[in-house]
Amino acid sequence: MTTPLDQLSVLLLLSAMGLYAVAFVAFALDLARRSSEAQAMADEAASRSAGATASAAVSEVRGGVATLVAAPPSVDGPPRSNRRTAARVALAVLTVGWVLHLGADVLRGIAAARVPWANMYEFSMTGTLIIVGIYLLALTRVDLRFLGAVITGLVLVLLGIATVGFRVAVSPLPPALQSYWLVIHVFVAILGTAFFTLSGAVSAVQLVQARRERVLAAGRTADRVKLLATVPTSTRLENIAYRVAIVGFILWTFTLIAGAIWANHAWGRYWGWDTKEVWTFIIWVIYAGYLHARATRGWRGNGSGWLNLIGYGAVLFNFGVVNVFFHGLHAYSGLSS
Amino acid sequence: MSRPSDAFESGFEDPRPVENPRLGPLEWARWAWRQLTSMRTALLLLLALAIAAVPGSLIPQESADPNGVISWKASNAAFVSIADVLQLFDVYTSAWFSAIYLLLFVSLVGCVVPRLFHHLKALRAAPPRTPARLGRLPAYRTAESEGDAEHALATGERLLRRRRYRLQRYGSSVSAERGYLRETGNLVFHTGLVGVLISVFVGGGFTYTGQRIVATGQTFVNEQQAYDTISTGRFFGDSSLQPYAITLNSLAVKYETRNLAALGEPIDYTADVTTQQPGQKPQKRVIKVNEPLSIGGTDVYLLGNGYAAKLTVRDAKGKVIFGGTVPFRPQDNDLTSLGVVKVGSASPKQLGLVGFLYPTAVRQTTGALASNFPDLLNPIVTFSVYTGSLGSGPQNVYTLDTTGMTQVAGPPTKTKGIQLSPADPVAILPDGLGTVRLDGITRFAALDIHHDPSQGWVGGFVVITVAGLITSLLIPRRRMWLKVTDEDGVLRLEYAALARGDDPALERAVADFAEEHRQALEADRGPVERVPAGV
Ligand code: HEM
Repeated sequence: MTTPLDQLSVLLLLSAMGLYAVAFVAFALDLARRSSEAQAMADEAASRSAGATASAAVSEVRGGVATLVAAPPSVDGPPRSNRRTAARVALAVLTVGWVLHLGADVLRGIAAARVPWANMYEFSMTGTLIIVGIYLLALTRVDLRFLGAVITGLVLVLLGIATVGFRVAVSPLPPALQSYWLVIHVFVAILGTAFFTLSGAVSAVQLVQARRERVLAAGRTADRVKLLATVPTSTRLENIAYRVAIVGFILWTFTLIAGAIWANHAWGRYWGWDTKEVWTFIIWVIYAGYLHARATRGWRGNGSGWLNLIGYGAVLFNFGVVNVFFHGLHAYSGLSS
Repeated sequence: MSRPSDAFESGFEDPRPVENPRLGPLEWARWAWRQLTSMRTALLLLLALAIAAVPGSLIPQESADPNGVISWKASNAAFVSIADVLQLFDVYTSAWFSAIYLLLFVSLVGCVVPRLFHHLKALRAAPPRTPARLGRLPAYRTAESEGDAEHALATGERLLRRRRYRLQRYGSSVSAERGYLRETGNLVFHTGLVGVLISVFVGGGFTYTGQRIVATGQTFVNEQQAYDTISTGRFFGDSSLQPYAITLNSLAVKYETRNLAALGEPIDYTADVTTQQPGQKPQKRVIKVNEPLSIGGTDVYLLGNGYAAKLTVRDAKGKVIFGGTVPFRPQDNDLTSLGVVKVGSASPKQLGLVGFLYPTAVRQTTGALASNFPDLLNPIVTFSVYTGSLGSGPQNVYTLDTTGMTQVAGPPTKTKGIQLSPADPVAILPDGLGTVRLDGITRFAALDIHHDPSQGWVGGFVVITVAGLITSLLIPRRRMWLKVTDEDGVLRLEYAALARGDDPALERAVADFAEEHRQALEADRGPVERVPAGV
């Protein structure tokens, strides 16, 4: 049943998506502009970042923690030039889009008279809301504008799939979902997923950056991916990804535990290797591996970056494929089979 | 932060190549043990565990979905023997899955124990000597001041102690370290995992899980033979079942009737029961889907529901040959349900009825009946009739084995099947077999009864584990140094820090310390001249 409130929610969501698309374009323009800026400072920037990489590599060998010092200060600190109009526009548009997105989410909750994360459509809507929210929050502390295009692009794809593929009308909760554990377990899962998303995005950039650094270190001066010259070093990116993933991992641990407690209330056993339980466990174990990788010789850097992405792949698989196509007790998608 | 070279792995991983190719058995054992307890092996075993868990989500598992296993076997006949050999229907108890996690936990213990000793030693040891060249450390600042070197050092020590650093003076420098709790948390976390595993295993031996279908008005008594199915752990004994009884007074089900998108979806199940325990008065209690009933050391869950028909079968002479409540198993969301009546005392041939219960019956264009709403708005019960031998041995209440029987009524035979409804409750069986009477339709509740004494233990270890995890991930461990050099009356102050593990706030910590130190000295003496932070 489509209520007027729900219709308004859809309208707001579509508007938010429009604004996200604009923000995406603006972030992409900003990246392009950075690259031409980098070109202007061509040799200087290239040699400085090559030097930084080299010294980072040296201190790595010594086992020092010299990376913060070695990173070119201009990219870590507040932005050097305030002329980055495209980035400012992107941020403003993104913020407005987020407010509309928030409105859409709240209205959906009011229309359904419960928390707006009881099926996959609502999960996607709330999840992307939190991804963008955390990103905006993080921006007040660290300059992560280089991630803007990746984040908005990803959120657009997720929202697109959600509105086209997962959308269901407001419906009441089946008795198995009527529990405050729905509020806790699923919300913590959404939060964890959001942090994993951000961490994965950083790792993706890290891997590309590492590749570029290898090319530069090999002495091939022709730096083809110029726009990465203004992005932090891969080591610094790895550290950022790790910190964000830590938060995601703690939240995922709570997801696992809250899920087990809920399962104990609803089904009489806290663990039964139901397909969803299996995948929650797989994700947890992969990320535990990722946390180990950072402390394991030979796995730092690219190895840990790839593991993070594999973990995120499992998160997406768990949500997009397991929910829809696998059979189990967790009839959650809201889609009829 | 990248990890410093004195991170823990360095103690346990020997990067040197093995020099002597001819190893004795002891060396081999030591080498194998060192490999097994290395970080790299731990990582590979974790990844192996993740991969090994996948097949169990693709192929139905005996424990979670026995019916799924049966239909999988039916549609993949060619692979059944391979799958059986590989234990693919019991992945999580299979030899290979168990091998992976047991190895992982052996590795874990082998890893944690030496680290525990290492850590105990570190807890008692003084912070390390001040490095000769502080300027090479990742976070570094300098400042200049005037006055007494000893006073500057003492002030620094006071500030560091307030920040909960452990201190050691080396000449004209102070070495400080904090965050031992990080490693403590890590050890607690890993040890806690072992605790969780052991309590799950040992506790599993004491559990039992049983199912029982109880129709409205019926009473369940907690005895082993009262269960429809029961599975018990290794240490289950006769005394494991505490005596109690549960009578189902009513099972109320609410369905959505207004929201057209969700018409007929269940909104609420409430079972009203009366419980009785020895030496206690009967009590009225409620069981709901997310609210199990705790009684006699067990939790009783409401996991399913359906309709049950009260039926009486008489023979041609009018003698009652069957009377009872027959549960019908739901087949779809509108609760079209399948049921079986077995009349073993019919003679000369035994009698079997198989049929459907339609809570809200409608006739489809094909002429067949169907239910289009799960509530009892227009109930109809239909039966096909079989005569012959019901067979011997344990009987499944939901299926009729027709191998020794002949169908005498209902499609595809020419004789019409039986049709009953509250308005028209009596039907005559064909061939002078007698009559069937529908005395009423009630609901049944499918109860799951669980006893798991390990829950408290598992829960306790989980709490410890999570506390350790959070401590180990969020508490920074760092070393800080203050060095004071007297250069002809001008004090050169150097501040430096080194992270152990991940520490996003390292630089800020040094900056804060330097600033606070400057202010403290300034308060005691004149203003301090600041030199821009050197890198
Ligand atoms: C059941 C298997 C295991 C799981 C689920 C697991 C999980 C984790 C997690 C989540 C962390 C990060 C949190 C923390 O620092 O406390 C961690 C760290 C660590 N684990 Fe494990 N672990 C397992 C087995 C092992 C084994 C077998 C070893 C030894 C070879 C080991 C050695 C370590 C070390 C040294 C760290 C610290 C890493 C650092 O400081 O960054 N773990 N483990």
